[in-house]
Amino acid sequence: MTAQASIPAALRPLGAIGRTVLGAAQTAGAITLFAARGVAAVFRPPWFGRQLVGQALAIGYLSLPVVGLTAVFTGAALALNIFTGGGRFNAEQVMPQIVALGITRELGPVLAALMLAGRVSAAIAAEIGAMRATEQIDAMQTLSTDPFHYLVAPRLIAAVVALPLLTVVADIIGVAGGWLVAVKVLRFDPTLYVRNTLDFLQSWDVVSGLIKAAAFGFIIAVMGCYHGYTASGGARGVGRATTNAVVSSAILIFAVDYLLTTVFTRS
Amino acid sequence: MSDPSATTPRLAWRGVSKRFGDAQVLDHFDLDVPTGRSLVIIGGSGQGKSVAIKLALGLLAPDAGVIALDGVDLAALSARARRAQYGRMGVLFQSAALFDSLSVWENVAFRLLNADHVARPDARARALVALERVRLSPDVAARYPSELSGGMQKRVGLARAIVADPEILFFDEPTTGLDPITAAAINALIVDQVKRLGCTAISITHDLASARTIGHEIALLHAGRITWRGPAADLDHSGNPHVEQFITGGASPLPLGEAQSGRG
Repeated sequence: MTAQASIPAALRPLGAIGRTVLGAAQTAGAITLFAARGVAAVFRPPWFGRQLVGQALAIGYLSLPVVGLTAVFTGAALALNIFTGGGRFNAEQVMPQIVALGITRELGPVLAALMLAGRVSAAIAAEIGAMRATEQIDAMQTLSTDPFHYLVAPRLIAAVVALPLLTVVADIIGVAGGWLVAVKVLRFDPTLYVRNTLDFLQSWDVVSGLIKAAAFGFIIAVMGCYHGYTASGGARGVGRATTNAVVSSAILIFAVDYLLTTVFTRS
Repeated sequence: MSDPSATTPRLAWRGVSKRFGDAQVLDHFDLDVPTGRSLVIIGGSGQGKSVAIKLALGLLAPDAGVIALDGVDLAALSARARRAQYGRMGVLFQSAALFDSLSVWENVAFRLLNADHVARPDARARALVALERVRLSPDVAARYPSELSGGMQKRVGLARAIVADPEILFFDEPTTGLDPITAAAINALIVDQVKRLGCTAISITHDLASARTIGHEIALLHAGRITWRGPAADLDHSGNPHVEQFITGGASPLPLGEAQSGRG
């Protein structure tokens, strides 16, 4: 008699829940161990400089257009929304300050991270997944090269460094988008808008956003590498790995954003 | 006193078992390969030939048993020591497994550049020599794997396997997917290079022409164990029903589900 058959029918849904929870815990444990091994590879030689430069270009430099465009439109839309909402209680004039705060503390890092989750995490998972499917990772091991040093560590470093830098760009362009709408559409004084923004912003507003961005960069690289590295089942497995990398990155970005925001607002 | 290295096989599987889900792929698998000999493992699809090689390469872990290189249990080695052992090995993978993002010469010189830390000009020069040995002209060195035919990719894979003058060569289905003329050329290159290096070679294939050409000895893997082993010349009069069935291509005496475990 199988174990499944010995369980009363009424309790079987509980069994399904239990299996799901255990499966999720197992995956979380596997990702944690994978991330720990990746971080260890970052701090231990050998380091592959060429790989790092290549990944920095792919993750950072080539993401500039998409992050910049996202930021400018978000800043512009935010300005319009805050102006309209603020008008309900005669608070239109605080629009520059709120745009700056919203962009630097929240929307800059989160939107840059979401763009990278779609663009970079997917690409990492697809590339490493295809390498797994075509035995390139096995070949690398037999060529005395640890894939965690050659593949994972450069992507981790590049993403953790690149995302804060992209966030700085997103912050500047996002605020500029708000300025553009305020000056050209809403007839704000251009100099006063900039002065209000700079006087109001504190360094912690920017720094807290950059800390978030570094955490998001780590999430994006780990999820892309993990799902690619563990891909199985040929082309279909690579497709599944890509989807899982993007979805899990996006969910974790939002969850970690909330956690960090809670910590930062308390401190 | 006799020299123990003269009797210790270069590579040995001792009572190795490996299971994937419900499929028992290797079941107390025993095999040894003497130093300087070329052994070919033949067997049908799903019999565990690739698994046996991957276990020896440390890409999979056995459920039970020991895999010994020069008498040393590979499982007892640290990760660093294992990587050092890889320096003695060269592998030609079934799909060639070339790195898409690297040029041909960077593929060939991968170990030299990334593990042995050879300067790029020197590594390139050695890669060109290895390419010449597999009859590829220097003008392919700057190309990318996607620009090469299947036969050329196999040659590049062979050049990568021999570039550091290994002591042990593994060939995983070296002629699969190639036309007979290209397959014969690859077989001839393998024989040349094994002879030149004087190394031990372990190949897996279900191409009998290839097995006869590259192997001193042939072993048949069936139902997770070696059921016949002998000189390549004895293959046609082995007296073993599984070997005869493999040669003649008769229908499997096993139930379908048992013969199709899905592992090469």
